[in-house]
This record gives sequence, structure tokens and C-alpha cells, in this order.
Amino acid sequence: MSAAGIASQLLQFAIALALAPLLVGWVNQCRAWLQNKSAPSLFLPYFTIRKLFVKDAVVAEGASAIFRTTPYIVFGAMCCAAAIVPSLATDLPFARAADAIALVGLFALARVFIALAAMDIGTAFGSLGARREMLVGFLAEPALLMVLFTASLISGSTSLPTIVDTFAHRDLAIYPSLAFAGVAFTMVSLAENARIPVDNPATHLELTMIHEAMVLEYSARHLALIEWAAALKLFNYSCIGLALFFPWGIAAAEDGWLALLGAAPVLIVKLALGGFLLAVIETLSAKMRIFRAPEFLGTAFLLAVLAMLVNQMLGS
Amino acid sequence: MTVPPLSLVIAAIVAWLAIGTTGLVRPRNLRFVSRALFPAGAIVGLALAAVAGYSIDLPPASAVLPLGLPDLPFHLRLDALSAFFLLLLGAAGAAISLFSAGYFRSSEGTPPGVICFQYHVFLAAMAFVLVADDAYAFMVAWESMALASFFLVITEHRIAEIRRAGFLYLLIAHIGAIAILLAFGVLQGGTGDYTFDSMRAVILQGAWPTTAFFLALAGFGAKAGLLPLHIWLPEAHPAAPSPVSALMSGVMLKTAIYGLLRVTFDLMHAQLWWWGVVALALGLSTALFGVVFAAVQTDMKRLLAYSSIENIGIIVAGIGLAILFKAYDKPLLTAVTLTAVLYHALNHAFFKSLLFLATGSVLHATNERSLGKLGGLIHRMPWVAWLALVGTLAAAGIPPLNGFVSEWLLLQAFLFTPSLPQSFVNMLVPLAAAALVLSAALAAYVMVKFFGVVFLGRPREPNLAYARDAGRFERFALIYLGAGCVLLGVLPVNVIALIEPVNTLLIGTRASQPIADNWLLLAPISADRSSYSPLIVLAVIVGVVMLTMRVVHRLYHGRVRHAPAWDCGFPLQTPRMQDTAEGFGQPIRQIFEPFFLIERHLPSPFDPAPRYSVKAHDRFWGALYLPIARGAESLARLAGLIQRGRISVYLTYSFCTLLALLFFVR
Repeated sequence: MSAAGIASQLLQFAIALALAPLLVGWVNQCRAWLQNKSAPSLFLPYFTIRKLFVKDAVVAEGASAIFRTTPYIVFGAMCCAAAIVPSLATDLPFARAADAIALVGLFALARVFIALAAMDIGTAFGSLGARREMLVGFLAEPALLMVLFTASLISGSTSLPTIVDTFAHRDLAIYPSLAFAGVAFTMVSLAENARIPVDNPATHLELTMIHEAMVLEYSARHLALIEWAAALKLFNYSCIGLALFFPWGIAAAEDGWLALLGAAPVLIVKLALGGFLLAVIETLSAKMRIFRAPEFLGTAFLLAVLAMLVNQMLGS
Repeated sequence: MTVPPLSLVIAAIVAWLAIGTTGLVRPRNLRFVSRALFPAGAIVGLALAAVAGYSIDLPPASAVLPLGLPDLPFHLRLDALSAFFLLLLGAAGAAISLFSAGYFRSSEGTPPGVICFQYHVFLAAMAFVLVADDAYAFMVAWESMALASFFLVITEHRIAEIRRAGFLYLLIAHIGAIAILLAFGVLQGGTGDYTFDSMRAVILQGAWPTTAFFLALAGFGAKAGLLPLHIWLPEAHPAAPSPVSALMSGVMLKTAIYGLLRVTFDLMHAQLWWWGVVALALGLSTALFGVVFAAVQTDMKRLLAYSSIENIGIIVAGIGLAILFKAYDKPLLTAVTLTAVLYHALNHAFFKSLLFLATGSVLHATNERSLGKLGGLIHRMPWVAWLALVGTLAAAGIPPLNGFVSEWLLLQAFLFTPSLPQSFVNMLVPLAAAALVLSAALAAYVMVKFFGVVFLGRPREPNLAYARDAGRFERFALIYLGAGCVLLGVLPVNVIALIEPVNTLLIGTRASQPIADNWLLLAPISADRSSYSPLIVLAVIVGVVMLTMRVVHRLYHGRVRHAPAWDCGFPLQTPRMQDTAEGFGQPIRQIFEPFFLIERHLPSPFDPAPRYSVKAHDRFWGALYLPIARGAESLARLAGLIQRGRISVYLTYSFCTLLALLFFVR
């Protein structure tokens, strides 16, 4: 464990915490442009989080401790994930404590707690949201795992930094398996981050919402943490995608301090492009009925399995 | 002078038998049985676990007990495999005994003293199964185990449904026992010597090893609940008292895993690769089937029973993978896979016992097993609820609890598979891995449903307001198991050190030097490939949670107001508007519709008292069991044709038989 490693770990963590709301603001802004609306401020998510922290928390009668601790646990799990995913550098001492499979486990931890918290009050919408979230989760989680498996079969490791190191230093060749995996990953990310074809982050229309239905009862600091955690989740997924499919520019262990500083602008540019792409996808597609979501996710799962099969067949 | 561990194990078995027999002296004295005998049984269990844990690293020890038939003594042997499962039995059994001390009450059914006798005979028989070293002793113990558990299942024998469930269990148990007996018959290879020692020495030729393996798979699979012999589990578990369900699901199913491992890896020398493929496919279909059915259950114990089927499926799939690796001579990978298998068996014993015992507490507090009539118990029964949450998260495979570690190890084993020489197998692996992760993800769905519907939300029935938390004994037992789930989850390196000797015994290789980098970091093969440290993950999550709480409260404030739930402004809210168990399972029922035989009752618009009901049935009943039952019945009816009930007809039969015999024998 080197000093540079610890520094890059802390820097990456701080950048994830700080930039995650900005990414959400950027996606919203791009979407507004594309849809010919006047865009809100780029920094709106920060203002929202600050406003929520100031307010008094309202907790529903009959809520148990699960309801009140869940925002912290979800936030903690997402922070933990942000420390694992190599976004700036691959020299991450903490990443050894949890590999790609454990990363998916951390996402599952957050999901299970938020679903339980949604059921805690005993409202109709809460349990509806919990059920739908688990429905999305049980298909999205294996698909994500299969995508990561494909990458780990290619690189011979489930440790994310090692995967990125191998991918960044290989020749620029076309990996058919990664193409399948990339499509599957995009679909999964849309579903997991409550984005448009599956869920709509801007809706409060009862019949269609998933994520919003679960967090209906939250207010003030609890809601602020959940929003921040959701932003971190989007950030994490974007970084996983960038790390797996566009790993160039991430500083390796031997590159030194300068590369670390150079990696930050590269990351921001990549995230900006990724966020724009997300806005394009969200603008071009329509929200599908909830009953179609299993088909969508089932397709993603099958594509991910196909990616692994192709990898086995072609050895690439 | 030191006492050999095997003698101590025998002493524990005898102690359990003695405790059980004492229960018979005053069968109706509940106080004596529950306050003295069950706690004593728990202490014996702990002692057994300690002895087993100590002897796991020792060389195998054998003994001959001059019991049984003349010239056919019982051979006993304590090696690492037995010791590991004895540890599992003792550690989980101790908690269940402690819980039983607070659980059993006087009822219409079997008197408490007799339950105590059956219960301790059951424990002793399981321990005896694990140390038996010849087919005769093994079968005696195996059958005593089946019988004792049968009587425990039908504790409430005045209810016809429970008797029916018990009969089904006994039937499947015997089908399994016949298969196991035949497997031993094949394994002795014509020597006529049924000791395991001689079976180890025999080298079977031709199709015989395959026959033996599949007989063992069918026999032990019947006990473990493998497809299609799983049907007794969802019937017997709800029928049995909760500690018995916990013992059967947490421990007894593992004796079947023990048997399968013993036969496959110890008594046989060579394994064929396609056995592994079959076991893998069977295990994964069992896992998927179990978890899909668990998702649509409305009875909490049936739900857990199906979840046990799922976990057994995962374990058997792991055994299949281990066979595959062994057949291709990859000792290191075999060791990793077997470690995952044994680890998962231990984990399942802890979290499933915890969950079954928690349902027992709920059942006592509310008299209700149906998920649709529970809810909101976290306020009334905080101890049970929070400990059940630990079990729920463990069963859902959530890090950093124990269920995740073994699944993590198993997935690692899958990812190593591409090094196998056969391309067909290499193609199979992605599909198998996909099925495994799908069932693991569905398990989280099932567990959220279980915990959310039982403990969260608002009480669905008015009488739930009077539910009382578990008593002292029950609470201690639940705490013990919950702590076990956490410790097994965060200290994987230490647990694996315990499993190492079993690997050495079964395949002659230790996985140790690669599995553990240091005491913190779990890293099979090498730390570059993969590593996981639950303790660090736990510490970081807890640290971030505490820090966030402090910072938010310090920088802003910690004010809280309580108000009625908002729920999008809907004014009318009744507890019946929450998701029921049917509602929560509905998406799964829809997606996996071909799996089920669905019986739906839709009310007509003119119905004065409209009722909607939907039931998902097991297709195996109609496709497999009912035809067999009908076939047996019609055969019996055919045989009945010759029974005329007149003595002259029977005399004619005897005459004809004699004639035929004279003709053939001459």
C-alpha cells in the first residue's frame, strides 16, 4: 500500500462524491436542450440537496428504525462502491477488499434496504414500488454480473483494477463479446438508474413509477441522502461502463502523480459525453409499460449470456 | 491421559440418547423437559461442536462397536469430513435445542417428554450417520433418523393434513433409502464386505461406478430435496413444529450432502466428467425451481422450505462442478469448489435455522402462518424481527453476511472453468453461471418478500396488536444464530482454514496457500485474480454510515417530526391496501407462468360476495406423482381380481402353483 495509492483512492472518492450531483445536473440539462425546454441550472442538484438538509425531517407514524437508517446505509453502500470502481486510477488499495462480484453485492445491499424501507410504512405505493424495484433488480443484477463475468474471463480476474489494467494495455482489437456486453450493460444501467425506457426519474404518475414510489415518504435529510446516493449510483454505473469499454486515460499504478492529475480532465470529458448519450437515449425512447420491463431486462440478460458464450467460443 | 475424540463423539451420542430417555420418565411434565432436558441437549451439542472442531485437523480415527447383529459390529470412523459435519450438527443443533427449551408447550399432540425423546434420538441418529463407517451402521442410523424425524413431523397428529404430510415424507425417505442401499450394494463390488474401508479398496469396472453414483445421487437427493423428489419438503416443513423444521432444513438436509460427498469423493476413486454435468444441471434446475416457487408462496414456512430446495440445488450444483474439475484433474479448482460447497452448507445451516426459528416465534405470538395475515411485527417483536433481518440478508446473499461469501467462492470457481479441455463443457459454463446468478438474485426477491410482509408495514389483522416478543431461551438461540451468520460472513479466512482438512481428505490437496492472502483477505488462487475482505467492507460501510450521521447532524440538525404517511395524498389508507404475499409474488407468477399450474378463481361482475383467489401448484404432482399413484392403484386393483375370498379358489391357486413349480423345477 503506497502513499500514491492512498492518495489516488482518496482523490477518487472525493471526486465521486463531489461530481455525482453534477453529472445528474448535466444529464438533466442535456435532456432539456434536446427536448427544446429551457434548462435548469447545472448546479440544481447541489441546491436541492442543500435545501433538503436544512429542512426538518418528517417521518411517517409507524415507521421503524429501518426506515430511518436506510438512507445512511444506501449512501454508505454507494460510497463504498465509488471507492472500488476505478474512475481515476487503478492503484486503489481499497479495491482489493471487494471485487466486481462484491460490487454487485453492494448494489444489492442498497436495493434490498431501500425496498424494505419502502415496505416499512405500509402504504400501497411503498410496497408497489418495492415489488417493482425487486422485479427490476432480479433481472438486472444477473445481467450486470454476466457483463462483468465476460470482462473477467477476458482479463482473467474479477478485480476491477486488474480488468481495467488489462483492457487499457491491450491492442486495439474488436472484441465481439464486449460488443454484446456493452449493449447489455447499457440496458441494465438504464433500468438500474431508473432511467426512461424502464422508469422515469421525473414522473410522479402513480401507475408508472418505480424508484419514486419507494422514496415517496422520505423528506429532508433522508431524501437528500437518497438523492445523493442515486446520483452516486449513476456516477458509479457510468464509471463502470467507462472502465470496461473505454478504459483509456485511467492512471495505472506505475504512471505516477502526473497521470493522476491528467486522468481527472479525461474522466470529466468522458462522463460529459456519456451523460449526453444518456440524455439522447432518454429523449429518443418512450417509457414502456411496467409489464414490458421484464422483456427488456430479459433481453439484456440474454445478451450478456450471449457475450459470455461468444467469448468462450471465439476466445475473445 | 487424553481421551480420543471419537470416544467423545460417542459419549455425546449416548448423552443425547440418555437425555431423550429421561424425557420418557415424566412425559407430561413440561417444566422438567423444557427447563432441564432441552438445555442439557444444547450443552451436549456445543460440546460436540467443540470436539469436532478440535478433531477436524487430526488424522482419521476408527473404532468398532460390538453392537448390532452378531458378527456384524458397527464400524465407526471420525475423519475431517465427518468432523466438519458434526461441527455443523453440534453448532446449529445447540441453538435449536436452546430454542426448543422455550418453544414446546403442552398441546393436543405428542406429549412434551415424548417429543424430547424423539428429538434427541433424531440428533443422536444424525451424529451416528456422520461417524458410521460401514453400510450396515450407516443404514441403521439413516433409518432411525428418518423415523425419528417422521414422528417429530407428525407431532400434531390429530390433524389429518399433518398426518398426510408425514406419510409423504416417510414414503420419499424410503424410496431414497432403497436407492442408497442399492448404491452400497454396488459399491461393495462383490466382496460381500460392507465396511467403507473395503469399499475404498474396491475398484469398480464398467458401468458399475456410474450406477453407484446415480443411485447415490437419487437416494441422497431424495433426502436433500433434489428435483423431482423435492415434493415432501414444502409439505413436511409447515407441518412440523418450527424447531423440527429448523433441524430438518438446517441440519438433516446436510447429512444427505455429507452422504453424497462421502460416496462420490471418498468411497469412489475416479469420477467421470459427465456425472458432474448431470449433477450441475440437476442442481441448477432445482435451485431455479425452488426459488421461483418460493417467490409465489403465501405460507411463510412453505416459502422457507422452497428456499431450502434452492440452497440445496446450489450446493449440489457446486458438487457437480467439483466432480467436473476432479475428473479433469484440476485439484486446486476442485478444492476451491468443495470449499464453496461446504461453506454454503454451513451457512445455510445457520441462516435457515435462524429463519425457521423466527417463524416459530411468530407462529407462537400470532397463531398465524399465512403471510397475508401478518405484518408490522417489527414493532411488537423487535428482537425476533431484527435477528430475522440478519437471517434474511444472509439468505439473500448480501455482503458482508455469510450467504454472500459462499456464493462468491462458487462464482469464482465458475470463472475458472474455461481452463477445461472440453469445449462442450466450456460452452455449458456461461449458461450454468447465468442460472446460478439468476437464482441468487431471485433469492433476494424472495427474502425481501418474506421479511417485508411478515415484519414490516402495518398489521394486517387486529389481533397482531397483542403479539409478544420471544422469550428468553428463544431470544438467546436467535442471537446465537444471528451472531453466527455475521461471524461466518466476516471471518471467511478462519472458516476456510477449518474446511481445509476436508479438502485434504477428499482430494489430497489443500487450497490453503492460495485461498488466504492474510487473515483479512480472501483470495482464492491469487490476489491478482480476485479478492474479497468482508471485514473491511463492513468496517467501511459502518464507518461511512456513522460519519454521515454525525456530519449531517452536526452541520445541519437532527430534528424529526412525526406525521401520518403521505402516500401521494391518498386520504383513505387501510392495512389491507398493502401488498399481500400474492401481490408481491405476482410478477414472478406472470414471468414464470409455464413453471406453475395455476388455479385461478375470478369473480363474476354480478357476484354478491366477490372473491378472487389464485393458487400456483407444482407441476410435478400432476406430471409424475399422480400417474405413478394411479398406476400403483390400478395394479393393486388387478391383483385384487384374483382375490375372491373363497377358500376353494385359493386352494385352486395353490394347486396350480404347485403344478407349475413341479413342471419348472423337476
